[in-house]
Amino acid sequence: MAEITLIEGVTQALAWEMRNDPSVVVLGEDVGVNGGVFRATVGLQEQFGPWRVIDTPLCETSIAGLTVGMACQGLKPVAEAQFEGFIYPMLEHLMCHAVRMRNRTRGRLTCPLVVRAPWGGGIRAPEHHSEANEALFANVPGLRIVIPSSPARAYGLLLAAIRDPDPVIFFEPKRIYRQYKEEVPDDGEALPLDVCFVLRDGRDVTLVSWGATIKETLEAADALEAEGISAEVIDVATIKPLDFDTIHESVAKTGRCVIVHEAPKNVGVGAEIAARLAEQAMYDLLAPVERVTGYDTHIPLFRLEMKYLPPVGRIVEAAKRTLAAS
Amino acid sequence: MTTAATFEIEYRQYLDPDGHPIGKQLPAIARDLDHLVELYQLMSFTRVFDTKSIALQRTGKLGTYASCLGHEAAHAAIGSAMRPEDVLAPAYREYAAQFYRGVKPRDVLMYWGGDERGNDFSGPRHDFAWSVPIATQCLHAAGSALAFRIRGEQRVAVSVCGDGGSSKADFYAALNCGGAFELPLVLVVVNNQWAISVPRSRQTGARTLAQKGIAGGLHCLQVDGNDLIACREAMDQALERARSGGGASVIEMVTYRLHDHTTADDARRYRDDAEVKAAWQREPIGRLRAYLTRLGAWSDAREEAWKAQCEERVNEEVDAYLSTRAQPVEAMFDHLYGDVPLEIAQQRALAVAREVKHG
Ligand SMILES: Cc1ncc(C[n+]2csc(CCOP(=O)(O)OP(=O)(O)O)c2C)c(N)n1
Ligand SMILES: [Mg+2]
Repeated sequence: MAEITLIEGVTQALAWEMRNDPSVVVLGEDVGVNGGVFRATVGLQEQFGPWRVIDTPLCETSIAGLTVGMACQGLKPVAEAQFEGFIYPMLEHLMCHAVRMRNRTRGRLTCPLVVRAPWGGGIRAPEHHSEANEALFANVPGLRIVIPSSPARAYGLLLAAIRDPDPVIFFEPKRIYRQYKEEVPDDGEALPLDVCFVLRDGRDVTLVSWGATIKETLEAADALEAEGISAEVIDVATIKPLDFDTIHESVAKTGRCVIVHEAPKNVGVGAEIAARLAEQAMYDLLAPVERVTGYDTHIPLFRLEMKYLPPVGRIVEAAKRTLAAS
Repeated sequence: MTTAATFEIEYRQYLDPDGHPIGKQLPAIARDLDHLVELYQLMSFTRVFDTKSIALQRTGKLGTYASCLGHEAAHAAIGSAMRPEDVLAPAYREYAAQFYRGVKPRDVLMYWGGDERGNDFSGPRHDFAWSVPIATQCLHAAGSALAFRIRGEQRVAVSVCGDGGSSKADFYAALNCGGAFELPLVLVVVNNQWAISVPRSRQTGARTLAQKGIAGGLHCLQVDGNDLIACREAMDQALERARSGGGASVIEMVTYRLHDHTTADDARRYRDDAEVKAAWQREPIGRLRAYLTRLGAWSDAREEAWKAQCEERVNEEVDAYLSTRAQPVEAMFDHLYGDVPLEIAQQRALAVAREVKHG
């Protein structure tokens, strides 16, 4: 069994599902001959032909609208937005139609579609290539949002997203596309779409994150351990619906919680987690919940972007503050 | 049968690939040799700049960079035909147009070097910044043109997008508004045959990109985008028409992207070397040089001297770029609002304190 990267996990899942379900169709800009600008769809057009791996005209409105139409008529389209910053023209079709179709027609028409997009900062890219905009989608009823942070989770969660009967936004943390490899059996086994992953057990503080900042969060846990502090690390992965039970269980044990995300702080997904802790775990908490996030600014162009993204040190400091508080 | 409407799209070219005039009737600009030499110099300067920028990216001194190799005639025509008070809404590779309007090479380098100050450029303060979201700038140009109409100003807005961009809803919406409001607007489509890996043939079933404007009631023209004279005449006429209340135009400039899409791309994955080689035979700079040389307006000696001057000027610009220190961390907060909200001021203070502590 070969070891693969996160992006290869995406490719492997697409190929598996296309082989096993003829209704799965991939479409987007440069996804065919070129295999995607990040190579996520490499080799697929050769295997499945130009009507199942479709290079579209350059128009996100077209891609999203076509995707809704195809999904309503029995296909399972997996569309690619070339970057998360180019997803906005898709919003009308996603928000006004894809997420409402089932409810609007009382289940007569449905939209089993996936929109994949490379997501997040830290790769020295131009403007609009570095956003973490998951919160924008988390407020939309009827949508699922997934952000994998390992090759195995990319594979298993993308399979689940394609098989899910409703629209799923699948954000791929591009900063860790090729960070490391692991063995991922190509067995078609999907992962659940509504369960957080506990990556590391700990007693003193719960660190919650998703996407590329899982890397810094795990490093922070190492740093804390070196100082005798035991941190539990949770990868949320399925942003919506949120598996709050897993987070709650952990916080009930540790009494402390630090939420880490690279998106802006204000009304970020961290705010939802903190609110639920306040509602449901108030008496388990030994210290105020901490959030380590991007600032409420645009992510700067790349000369300053690393000053925007939360570094390990800030996570460690926040964790220590929760310990100092009690 | 009753015909409801018919249309024709004119194709215009004055110089063949060897720089020989086609036909006898050349426009007046073809005889303005001083100006043509100026534009030739702009084009060849831009190419020296482009080569240098790619080299900077390859050595880690610049971020992703979008080359303009092969587009120089189209871009020089756009920039030189406009008046300073007109508004340019570029995409991201129209450097020759911007240089003519006063944007400095160091501004371009700053932008691709990951520094927002590149957008605070030295060109016309009313020009738009680079627009990465494809074709969105077409509607900003239309909105600018609407502003000019409302205020009764004799100004024209010009946007530039690519063949790929002409597929986007924004482009269609812009030309529709251009016709509906009879706007002083010129929508230029620089058709370089490729939108990253997607060929022009995959973008649309239409024979020309120019004809898309017919549906909006615009004046439409296709020109040889490697022929400076044809591009410039087309721009002059469209600008004059727009300025005098004659409405909006679409100009398709047919050229070829001789480089990879950007430095992050590898075009060998999706296009034939033979196609690129053939396109080099039609490139715009050699063509104009041959024309000017034949008329005695340019020479090998001048070429050599000019190239040396270009190198020197580009090196100065590169030095200026490389010696510009990064902005302080507070820069990301300082231009977010006109009236800075308290919570942003608080985050700014926090970021500065962290910087002092950790660097
Ligand atoms: C809305 C949007 N979608 C996708 C992209 C990614 N992208 C950048 S350039 C490009 C191709 C543009 O092709 P074209 O319009 O022909 O212009 P060219 O680059 O050839 O000058 C794409 C797809 C983008 N910048 N914006
Ligand atoms: Mg193009």
